[in-house]
Amino acid sequence: MKPKNSVSLFDGPIVRRALSDALKKLDPRAVAKNPVMFVVYVGSIVTTYLFLKDLFGQMGNALFTGQISLWLWFTVLFANFAEAIAEGRGKAQADTLRKAKTQSNARRLISGTEEVVAASELRKGDLVVCEAGDGIPGDGEVIEGVAAVDESAITGESAPVIRESGGDRSAVTGGTKVLSDRIVIRITQNPGESFLDRMIALVEGAQRQKTPNEIALSILLSGLTIVFLLAVVTLLPFANYSIRSAGQGAVPTIPVLVALLVCLIPTTIGGLLSAIGIAGMDRVMQHNVLAMSGKAVEAAGDINTLLLDKTGTITYGNRQAAEFAPMPGVSDREIAEAAQLSSLADETPEGRSILVLAKEKYGLSERDQSSISGADWIEFTAQTRMSGVDFSGQSVRKGAGDSVKKWVESHGGSVPPEFDAQVTRISQIGGTPLGVASGDRILGVIYLKDVVKTGMKERFDALRAMGIRTVMITGDNPLTAKSIAGEAGVDDFLAQATPEDKMQLIKKEQADGKLVAMTGDGTNDAPALAQADVGVAMNTGTQAAKEAGNMVDLDSNPTKLIEVVEIGKGLLMTRGALTTFSIANDVAKYFAIIPAMFVATFPQLQKLNFIGLSNAQSAILSAVIFNALIIVALIPLALKGVPYKPMSAAKTLRRNLLIYGVGGLIVPFPCIWVLDKMLVLLHLA
Amino acid sequence: MTPNGLFQIALFCAVLLLSVKPLGAYMARVFEGERTLLSPALSPLENGLYKLFGVSKDDDQTWVQYAFSLLAFSLVGLLLTYVFLRLQGMLPFNPQGYGARQMPADLAFNTSASFTTNTNWQSYAPDYTLSYFSNMVALAIHNWMSAAAGMAVAIALVRGIARRNANGIGNFWVDATRSILYILAPICLVYALFLVAQGVPQNFSAYTQVTTLEGTKQTLAQGPVASQEAIKMLGTNGGGFFNANSAHPFENPTPLTNLIQMLSIFLIPAALTYTFGKMVGNTKQGWALLGAMFALFIIGAGVCYNAEAAGNPLVHALGVPGGNMEGKETRFGIANSALFAVVTTDASCGAVNAMHDSFTPIGGLVPLLNILSGECIFGGVGAGLYGMLMFAILAVFIAGLMVGRTPEYIGKKIEGYEVKMAMLAVLVLAASILGFAALGANGNLPTDGKTTLAALNQFPATAYGSASDTFYGATYNNINNSGPHGLSEILYAFTSATGNNGSAFAGITANTPFYNVTLGLAMLVGRFLMIIPLLAIAGSLAKKKYTPSNKGTFPTDSGTFVAVLCGTIVIVGALTYFPVLALGPVVEHYLMNAGKTF
Repeated sequence: MKPKNSVSLFDGPIVRRALSDALKKLDPRAVAKNPVMFVVYVGSIVTTYLFLKDLFGQMGNALFTGQISLWLWFTVLFANFAEAIAEGRGKAQADTLRKAKTQSNARRLISGTEEVVAASELRKGDLVVCEAGDGIPGDGEVIEGVAAVDESAITGESAPVIRESGGDRSAVTGGTKVLSDRIVIRITQNPGESFLDRMIALVEGAQRQKTPNEIALSILLSGLTIVFLLAVVTLLPFANYSIRSAGQGAVPTIPVLVALLVCLIPTTIGGLLSAIGIAGMDRVMQHNVLAMSGKAVEAAGDINTLLLDKTGTITYGNRQAAEFAPMPGVSDREIAEAAQLSSLADETPEGRSILVLAKEKYGLSERDQSSISGADWIEFTAQTRMSGVDFSGQSVRKGAGDSVKKWVESHGGSVPPEFDAQVTRISQIGGTPLGVASGDRILGVIYLKDVVKTGMKERFDALRAMGIRTVMITGDNPLTAKSIAGEAGVDDFLAQATPEDKMQLIKKEQADGKLVAMTGDGTNDAPALAQADVGVAMNTGTQAAKEAGNMVDLDSNPTKLIEVVEIGKGLLMTRGALTTFSIANDVAKYFAIIPAMFVATFPQLQKLNFIGLSNAQSAILSAVIFNALIIVALIPLALKGVPYKPMSAAKTLRRNLLIYGVGGLIVPFPCIWVLDKMLVLLHLA
Repeated sequence: MTPNGLFQIALFCAVLLLSVKPLGAYMARVFEGERTLLSPALSPLENGLYKLFGVSKDDDQTWVQYAFSLLAFSLVGLLLTYVFLRLQGMLPFNPQGYGARQMPADLAFNTSASFTTNTNWQSYAPDYTLSYFSNMVALAIHNWMSAAAGMAVAIALVRGIARRNANGIGNFWVDATRSILYILAPICLVYALFLVAQGVPQNFSAYTQVTTLEGTKQTLAQGPVASQEAIKMLGTNGGGFFNANSAHPFENPTPLTNLIQMLSIFLIPAALTYTFGKMVGNTKQGWALLGAMFALFIIGAGVCYNAEAAGNPLVHALGVPGGNMEGKETRFGIANSALFAVVTTDASCGAVNAMHDSFTPIGGLVPLLNILSGECIFGGVGAGLYGMLMFAILAVFIAGLMVGRTPEYIGKKIEGYEVKMAMLAVLVLAASILGFAALGANGNLPTDGKTTLAALNQFPATAYGSASDTFYGATYNNINNSGPHGLSEILYAFTSATGNNGSAFAGITANTPFYNVTLGLAMLVGRFLMIIPLLAIAGSLAKKKYTPSNKGTFPTDSGTFVAVLCGTIVIVGALTYFPVLALGPVVEHYLMNAGKTF
């Protein structure tokens, strides 16, 4: 699916804003939140001081120290820039959302009389009136009336939606606009707590908290930073020893040691870590899903079991005619014509699908009610459970099996045994049988089929490949459920499911250590949504459902859950891949820096410089420059995420290990070599 | 390398691998408290011991209680040994009349720390220092106790992984008792008898004065050697009865004893991987760990043997062809010396049958790298398994993220707490090795014997019965060799101590207060500051619920995982120690090729 709200990664205004934000983020309090980058930051300050000392003291090597210092500052700035650009898109979106909050007045209803108050004065429980053209002043529930509402400000979808009192379509969101009719709304949120406020805070990342996995990774990175700090700090005494015993060379200078330290600590992943998290949330947002926390997105990647409602998710909501089964002695054409005639007055999707089948499969020409004059049209009702037509002495009906049987018998006809056989057959394969009769004759059975959405089977196969089990939830009887489950390719099903059954299933799966995701929209889904590890509420759903879930799908598309799972997985993969890459890079940096550091003491160590870097300074500088530039080079990957391809974990691992592990070992060598040659060419080292 | 040498290495591997399953399965039964072949004989004794010490067999301990029991057990052992060593002059079985003069306070601290931590570093020459009582009671007891403690910790960690929603990780006293009664004691009994049959002494006689054929007087050391030799190897202790350790003909008289000694070092650590697999309900998980251990071992053995067999180009230039035989027993030759060196440093045994100091730079780099890898390549009894599990947790975390799920190891989610504890253990090891070695390489102390500072690096005359004390002054003067080789000697000493290995590169005189105390601290840090975080991981994992694995789970019983695990061990080790290794053995290798030795 193509994400909505997509803005190019490097949109002009976003980049400009990110550049200035990157500078603002140099505030030590901001940098201190990231231990790895804080070390680089301190290194930048120390080398800047040494540079100034070299410059004015006419001692040392100001050109070299200055360049080291400059590139260390760039390293910090590049990391800040990555974070700023990840935040940029969210900020732009927040600005758009804020515009929806311009609504300032509301028509409050107090004991039957209206008064105009500021929207910000509305409190939970207040009643307000909205008519065509009014903005809805706050989140609430429609308690009276029906209205078409424009929710494009929030969902980006321009087609209006219907909101009505009672039932599952009663929730309205502040910032949306009533297009027709009049509704009375009971406000359910105090100002500042509204959906729109939360949404702005979420997209802006204002309340962003580190996710559990991000925290664990930060600990690993901090640990590695301390290990390398140890390695570099103790290198000084070891160097002392070596110089003393070799009788030549000089101890590495502070800028050189700082350069080594910065190259070794995992700056690549350290600098991009927060950008990855923000971009992950943003990617969910681009799919028009509002995740209440990063934790929920991460949990989506860990899902073991996916509960999907059958209707609307796995199958199209409506049944469609798939076959006409004639009784013995009845021709195909005869039953098709009768089916067509009897359905002309049936406006339901099922009725229309019969017309389509008659035309497409049985070649009947299209007809409508006007083509038969003097006909008496019988519309489908819940009482008769039949539709049909009476004209020129002829009378045709189609409808539920037993209704048609009774109707034929009342006309003095008899029911052939084949009829019951066909009805049973169709029921067993999960279809709905409809009888067709003309006068006292039963002509046959229409097979209404629950049609599985195209492409679902492949999606479930993909899910299975990633180790996710799908369970179909349906109110159908077990026979029907089984048939559809088989056709859709889900792993399991829960038939005749009540909300309590659903809850039980979730609890059972969780007791087995599995993480469960589900979608829901009704109020009775709320407890299950709250219980599930990932609960995606439909935006069209009730307020209760939206509060219970930890994500809201603004498009109200239940299959979206699958994309959320993929985003969650991609998020973790990106972190893992960049960590591996970052650590693997260290090997090459060692080979660049260590010989350069000690070649004066032990000329034989030049053998370790097998890539042939020009001189000690150019080797160290090019490693530092590579270390800074690789952050910039990887920003697009961090923002887009490592693409998730559904395949087994073992295969995914081998693939990523090859790309980011082995790649991380090799890539730096040629890059550092090129940088080295360029530095020498430019007489910078 | 010769076909004969390669054949001997292959034979060693074959016998080792064949022993893994039977012993591993037996140990799993022992630690699960099931009946075994030896139960009829041993369980009355076992229950009697519990009654005597007031241990309730079914008392499940939390990780804090478990750690506390272990620390109390070790502390009491440490203090007792210290007191026994200091008072050895007043205690029995002392035909040579050694006393506190031979065992000053710093040496006694170093020695008691060393044996308590399963390191068995010996700063002293045992034959000039220790009474039989000190050897058999004060020290040998730790050969059993420290090995049992190591196994207990490993089993506790395995239980943490295997158990679900549990508070406890087992009972330390029960685990330690069972380790000794059911595993160490029966094997050692048979083993010691075998050694006696091969000609290893087992007596309480005073040293024998003999007149050699040349007419000179020679003192032949005696003692209860065979019994100590058995547990020295099996418990990966490594502290020899004699200074020459397993190069001494009384400790290691025949090629057969040499093979069995090497096997007995790896026996329990290798089999514990199967025990692990059995206890977590998937033996493939155990084989994967063994696979990683074996891969790293065989690479090390190949590199070391190759370097030693190739020999020293400078010696070749003198017209002496062939491999490097310096510091090796002619009885064992190059293949068996190289293999022994790799085995004893992979496992944290530290027994030696050749001088690692005399290996070629690359040949000597391998033992050093083996210990630097955190003693997880087979490792000490128990210590190897828990060290490997620590790396498994880190490997699963880094690589596991790449499959797009919260990393899991055998159904347990690896989260912030586990990563924090595993990193803490890695950090502590690195800090101890690098910190102390940096200090050793630069400690400027005066040589004037009258100052207190000079006394810090004072080598006592009693150590080898020499006439007067030596004041080394600067701590880098204790090494026999200068240049990069000297740095290797200092680095090796602190690596060996922190890794609880105990082998010496030799070439360093460590019996001075400075080295005794710093090395002793390194041993305690390397043992207990690694065990505590790992027990914390055990406690945290035991509490977690089990997440069933499926296609989306990173498979930790596959070849890919073995590769990832090896990569993690090598990279974490290599990245931390590359700078100092470059200044030590690596540059020494290039210098040797350029014609310069130290």
